[in-house]
Amino acid sequence: MSQYKTNEEGFYGDFGGAFVPEMLYPNVKELRNNWQELVEEPAFQKEFQKLLRDYVGRPTPLYYSKNLSARYGAKILLKREDLNHTGAHKINNTIGQILLAKRLGKKRIIAETGAGQQGVATATVCALMGMECVVHMGELDIARQAPNVARMKMMGAKVLPAKSGSRTLKDATNEAIRDWIPNRKDTHYIIGSVVGPHPYPSMVAYFQAVISEEIKWQLQRDFGREHPDTVLACVGGGSNAAGAFYHFLDDEKVRLVMAEAAGKGLDTDETAATGHLGRAGVLHGSLSLVMQDEQGQIIEPWSISAGLDYPGIGPMHAHLLKSGRATSYAVTDNEAIEAALDLAKTEGIIPALESAHALAALNQMAFRKDELLVLNLSGRGDKDMEAYMRFL
Amino acid sequence: MNKQQNKLQALFSNNKKEENPKALLSIFATAGYPHKESLPTVLQELSKAGVDFVEVGMPYSDPLADGPTIQKAGEKALANGMDLPLLFQQLKSVRSELNFPVILMGYFNQALQYGLEKFAKDSKEAGVDSYILPDLPALYYEEKVKAVFDAYDLGVNFLITPESPDERIKYLDQLSAGFLYVVANPIITGQRADFGEKESAFFDRLKGLNLESPLVAGFGISDRETFAAATKDCSGGIIGSAFIRALKGDNIPEEISDFISSIR
Repeated sequence: MSQYKTNEEGFYGDFGGAFVPEMLYPNVKELRNNWQELVEEPAFQKEFQKLLRDYVGRPTPLYYSKNLSARYGAKILLKREDLNHTGAHKINNTIGQILLAKRLGKKRIIAETGAGQQGVATATVCALMGMECVVHMGELDIARQAPNVARMKMMGAKVLPAKSGSRTLKDATNEAIRDWIPNRKDTHYIIGSVVGPHPYPSMVAYFQAVISEEIKWQLQRDFGREHPDTVLACVGGGSNAAGAFYHFLDDEKVRLVMAEAAGKGLDTDETAATGHLGRAGVLHGSLSLVMQDEQGQIIEPWSISAGLDYPGIGPMHAHLLKSGRATSYAVTDNEAIEAALDLAKTEGIIPALESAHALAALNQMAFRKDELLVLNLSGRGDKDMEAYMRFL
Repeated sequence: MNKQQNKLQALFSNNKKEENPKALLSIFATAGYPHKESLPTVLQELSKAGVDFVEVGMPYSDPLADGPTIQKAGEKALANGMDLPLLFQQLKSVRSELNFPVILMGYFNQALQYGLEKFAKDSKEAGVDSYILPDLPALYYEEKVKAVFDAYDLGVNFLITPESPDERIKYLDQLSAGFLYVVANPIITGQRADFGEKESAFFDRLKGLNLESPLVAGFGISDRETFAAATKDCSGGIIGSAFIRALKGDNIPEEISDFISSIR
């Protein structure tokens, strides 16, 4: 059995589990009892694969970046998740979960969103499947992310403002959980990352695993390689990294590297580098590394990238870091911006701010000669133009 | 449970021996609300008003089992500067004047960060009798937490809902220290509950299970009517949000005596 997948109770080593009040127990139990069996059915797989191909646009290319390779003296390949429908890897998971929701007999979908990417990916699949869609979003984020709010509405989703706490992603998540408690019978909650109570972290990782599955055969086909030397991905909650690492987790020859958001710097209060600064604690139903004060109060993190601006990290990632299987580099806002501007100029690709953190981490890494590195370019930068425009 | 009864267990068993057992009234009060120094006064007044036991809420940044009223009270309390050391200190300062069991209620992460051992030790010294930690999973408690709390004779009271299967209720019954916290309506705190047919069916099912722990109804009790309805099938009822709403902080003794007399 893999030492990097969960045990029966949903623990990755010391991390994970389902720390939920009894009111949520049936919700979590229903998923836990059913998801694996349902997704392994051939009919499910057929529908999932078909949608990934015809609707999402998979497989995404594994692109050899000559320019980056020359600069770093390594062979650098970009896994182009930015080319997916809706502009990021998020949709791999929402497609999987909505097919699951249908098979569980649900009629209504709820989701939480920070910057709106997960909300858009959820609204998209709800429109596709004709399901009612309610997205919980912090009141502050609604004001900051008008274009994504408009996208969700255009696709028929209802966006409910979370007015509690700091009125951002973590509060939207709390509200979504509260919505789910009394509405389990007809409602499925699509969590957008590898966080939350068991089985969410394993389930989301499973749906994102298509990323590393493709990397494997693309490497073989185009480069004659069994595996990469290194896989690099940005980590907020950690879903794109989970997908990019998945099929290499137990292959110790493959170096796994995370890029986290240092925000304005690891030594400031405005940071989101949970792997560096977090301590073991409970957030949103799982035990993981969490940004918190001495009393266990959750700290509002900071990153210029809304997708990395989360006070936790998936329990699998916490375990990968603690066991030494993966390493993490912290990248500041400014370093990420520079890396994004640079990729746009050298490759003609405008990356999402999240993915730009992975690009910037290249500067901090050392490479063996001819090392083959796959960087998961998790999303495109259209949504971040406002941030980029200030630097042009 | 084969050891000596704790205060909480004694409360229920003594009441049961009475000729006309009363419906036990419990109040939830957030520490540090409405003012930083309110807790001692609130506890003293609840004791004077004849409340049977009390939950002291540890304010938390992400209280996902609570409704907006308790969440807002918690935010205010945190902004007021309430934290666990202060909570323990304030409770300790009035504990000897209080003639009811005190239960500490909050989220598992608070105990975890404080250090489980220290949390139990300081709780005991402050006069805490028991805990309610809604997001602490029973199995995890049994494996990783129980021994630490047991050393200080502190236990946990678990929640059950109409969706909890029989076997699970029996398991939580065995694990609970003083009572089972019955959430008759699977809602979050602060909403008014209906205690109708569906709830009756649930209570009938509970009766059939011959549980050892007394039942205490929580969630959705806000006035005389809902308290009476909730305690028809339960030994007691807990009021949280409605109490918080009544507690303005201008004249705490009056606000508390008025509120309690409006319930029973």
